[in-house]
Formats: sequence, structure tokens, C-alpha cells
Amino acid sequence: MSVAAPPVTKERPRSAVRAPRPRRALLLLNAVSIALGIGLWWVLSVNGFQFPTPPEVAVRAWELLADGTLQADVLASLRRVLTGFLLGSLAAVAVGFLMGWYTAGRGLFEPWIQFFRTIPPLAMLPLVLVMLGIGETPKIFVIFLAAFLACVISTYQGVVDVDRTMIDAARVLGAKDAAIFLRVVVPASTPFILVGMRVGLGSAWATLVASELLAAQEGLGYRMQNAQLYYDLPTIFVGVIAIGLLGLFMDKLLQLAGGRLTRWQETR
Amino acid sequence: MSGPKILVRDVSKVFPPAGGGNGAFTALGGVSLEIADNEFVTVVGPSGCGKSTLLNILAGLETPSGGEALVDGKAVDGPGPERGVIFQQYALFPWLSVRENVEFGMRSTGVPKKERRERAEHFIRLVGLERFADALPKTLSGGMKQRCAIARAYAVNPSILLMDEPFGALDALTRVRLQEQLLQTWSSDRRTVLFITHDVDEAVFLAGRVIVMAARPGRIHDVIDVDLPYPRTEEVRLSPEFGKLRNEVWQAVYHQDH
Repeated sequence: MSVAAPPVTKERPRSAVRAPRPRRALLLLNAVSIALGIGLWWVLSVNGFQFPTPPEVAVRAWELLADGTLQADVLASLRRVLTGFLLGSLAAVAVGFLMGWYTAGRGLFEPWIQFFRTIPPLAMLPLVLVMLGIGETPKIFVIFLAAFLACVISTYQGVVDVDRTMIDAARVLGAKDAAIFLRVVVPASTPFILVGMRVGLGSAWATLVASELLAAQEGLGYRMQNAQLYYDLPTIFVGVIAIGLLGLFMDKLLQLAGGRLTRWQETR
Repeated sequence: MSGPKILVRDVSKVFPPAGGGNGAFTALGGVSLEIADNEFVTVVGPSGCGKSTLLNILAGLETPSGGEALVDGKAVDGPGPERGVIFQQYALFPWLSVRENVEFGMRSTGVPKKERRERAEHFIRLVGLERFADALPKTLSGGMKQRCAIARAYAVNPSILLMDEPFGALDALTRVRLQEQLLQTWSSDRRTVLFITHDVDEAVFLAGRVIVMAARPGRIHDVIDVDLPYPRTEEVRLSPEFGKLRNEVWQAVYHQDH
């Protein structure tokens, strides 16, 4: 035979599983780093710095837990941050889509968003306190603002960046505008929305604590502010650590949820 | 005998200059073309000859600046499921599995769930992806992605397939295999195909007729009939007749000055 058969190449899907990262080593290094940090803190606190030692802080944390103060503060703070964050994200997604999808939406919203983006939400607090009183509403409102502004641009960008060919593909498959929006634009911009939500969460959390420092009767920020008056350093430390851990925990949670929603993304 | 499946009459397309300056770009300057039902036509030409613009006009994704494009005697007005399009960059929906991608168009056109399932199953098998029906696009190779896109286009039962350099991003071996598979699929389930490529071999191997275009302005330079028998086997590809036709098309593509 003079004609060679075409080579039969075996087909296999490209492996979706990448080489496992050295996770164990990373976790070990994390643990070592944390231990070293606490060690350093301890060394500094017994060498003339005015820090409470780690055991002192642990004891105070235990006391605050035992009489229920810490739980109440955490709950109060979480309620505010979650309410503000969820409302802010929801509004951001809605407005972001309007801006990305309709020229009119973009034209109407953009100046206001650009304007308010340059104002730190906390700078709005005095005004908001005067307008809305000193209850829960002003605090939730500034958190809402922080989360909204952080998330809205990202959502908008996500909608604008949806691959043109993908929309064309949907159109030639017979999808009408509503279907294209729900079945192409929304899923395609999900990764952007999630990034926006993560930034928004950080921003909301930071704003919360500061807003509680100014006007609150309970909450982690209030507790620290109060402790400052009595030079109660261990309580301040407990507050700082609680804020850090809660923020970290919420971010991880969001990252986990996001990972599930965007599993389809190509990892480059 | 009815009229041609696709009728392009004196179609032109002028793009306004980018940035509002002067010097509009004439992508197509008065192209006329007739394609019969179930014909397989390929279009080759240098970049800028307007071959993709021509396809987009037939797909309804772009409107002509002048002239008219008719499908089944009706002027093209926007995209429609009777004209399937296959893009060079696959354009699969990455968040949907192979099966869900194939079902996408049928969901748009309101095919009931059970029938959707069955038809998707059928076309997935036709392109040989049955083992990967539930896989996400990111786990597929380029060739498999394009096969999925072909199944997706077939599933809405278009009478015309418009293919815009579908194998352009694939390696040479995969390309040859997909060309053969495409012809197999086409002969078992005939449609009218307009296939754009910049590869002369591919143009001759697939087509019953090769349209060679020229640039500035985009126009039809030459039309070459390929009277090689189907099915096109490897023997056909390596035959002297094929070689002669390839030379002819090559001359038409690369030596358009005279």
C-alpha cells in the first residue's frame, strides 16, 4: 500500500485536575507563621511594651464569653454587616446590570456612582446620623453604601465584558433578548459579581466597625471604644482578634460559595 | 424546481471609519452569489476580502449597506434557527456541559424536554462525544469543543450551516480528521453549507464549489467547481485531480493581480 493510514491519535479530555499544590507544606508554614507571630507578641508584651500578654487576652475573651457580652456584640455586628452587605450587593447587581445592558441605565447612573465612589462611606456618617437618627438604620445604610459602591462597578464591568461571540452564538441559536440576558449575560458575569462581592464584604466590614466606634450601644466596635475609656487593653485585643477572625471567616465562606458557582471557569 | 437556497444580490458592506476619521472601509463591494439546496460551498480569500462579513450578513448578525441577501426567497432579517452558525472560537457556553450546550438552542425554540434529550443524545453521538456528554467545555480539547459546537448547531435543525473558519485554530492532524468527520456528518444528514477558510487544501477537499474572493474592495474573484466524487476519502485527497484543483485554487488566491 502506498497510501498510509491517517494516524489514529487517542483522544482524552484535558485533565481538569491540576497537579496538587503542596497544600500540606503551605498549611504547615501558615501554622508556623501564626505561632511565631503570637510568640513575638508575647516576647514584646513581657519586655516593656504595654501589650497584654496572650494568656491575659485569652482570659478576658473567656470572661466576655462567659457573661455573654462577646456573643451579643458579635451578633449585633454581624446582623448589621450582613443586612447592609446583602442589600448593597443586591442593589449593586441590579444597577450594574442596568448600566451594562442599557445605554440609558449607564448614562443615568454613572455620574452618581462616580461621584459617590470618591467619598469614603464613613465620611457620609455625620450626614446620615443627622438625617436618620442614631438607631440601626444609619449604620446599616453606610454599610450598604460601602458594599454597593465596591460591587457595582465590578458587576457593570462583568456585563460589558461578556464575549460578543457568545451573545451572537445565543442569538443564532434562536435566543431572544430576555433569554440571552438570563442564560448568557448573568452566568458569564458571575465571576465578576463574586469578585465585587468579596471586595464589598471587606469594605462593609471595615465600615461597620468604624460606624460602631461613633454611635452604638453594642457591637464589637462599641465594645472596643468603651474599653478605650477604661484603658482596658485586653478587651480591645479581644475585639481586634474577633473582627479579624470573623472577616476572614466570612471571606472564606464567600470564596467557597463562589468557587462552586464558577467551577466552569478555565484556570489559566 | 424552486429557486436557490441562498441568493446574494449585489451585496455591499461599508464600515464607517474607526474613530470618526475619514476613509470608510469597504468590506464588500457588490457581491452576487447563488447557492443551491444541499450544496457544500467553501469560500477562500486573503484577509480583508470580506468573507466573514458575507457570512455574518447571511447569519443576520450584520446588515448589508446595499443589495440584498435572501434565504429561501426571503430577505434575511436578523439571526434565526434555520441558519446555524459555527464560529472559529467555538463560542461554547463554558458554564454548561456538552449536553446542555447542545440543548441550548432547542430550549430557546421551545422543544419539549424529552425530545430535547433525545435529539441532543443523537447529535452528541453523531459527533462522537457520547463519553463526554456531561463534561464541561474546559475539560475538552479544541477539536472536541468544535465538534460540540457542530452538534449544537445541528440540534436546532437548521437548513443552512454557516461555518466561519471553524477549524482555523486546530492543529493540522485534528483538522484533517474533523474535515473527514464533517463530510461524514454532512452526507448522512445533508444541509446547505457555506464554509469559510483560509486553507486552500481544506477548501478543495470539502467543497463542491470553491469561491475565491479578493480584497479591497471585497469581491468574488473566481468560482471553481470541484467535481471530485463524494465520499472524499484519503485517496481523493492524494489524487492528481485533487492536486490540479488545488493548484488552480492556489493560483486564484495568491496571484490575483492578473
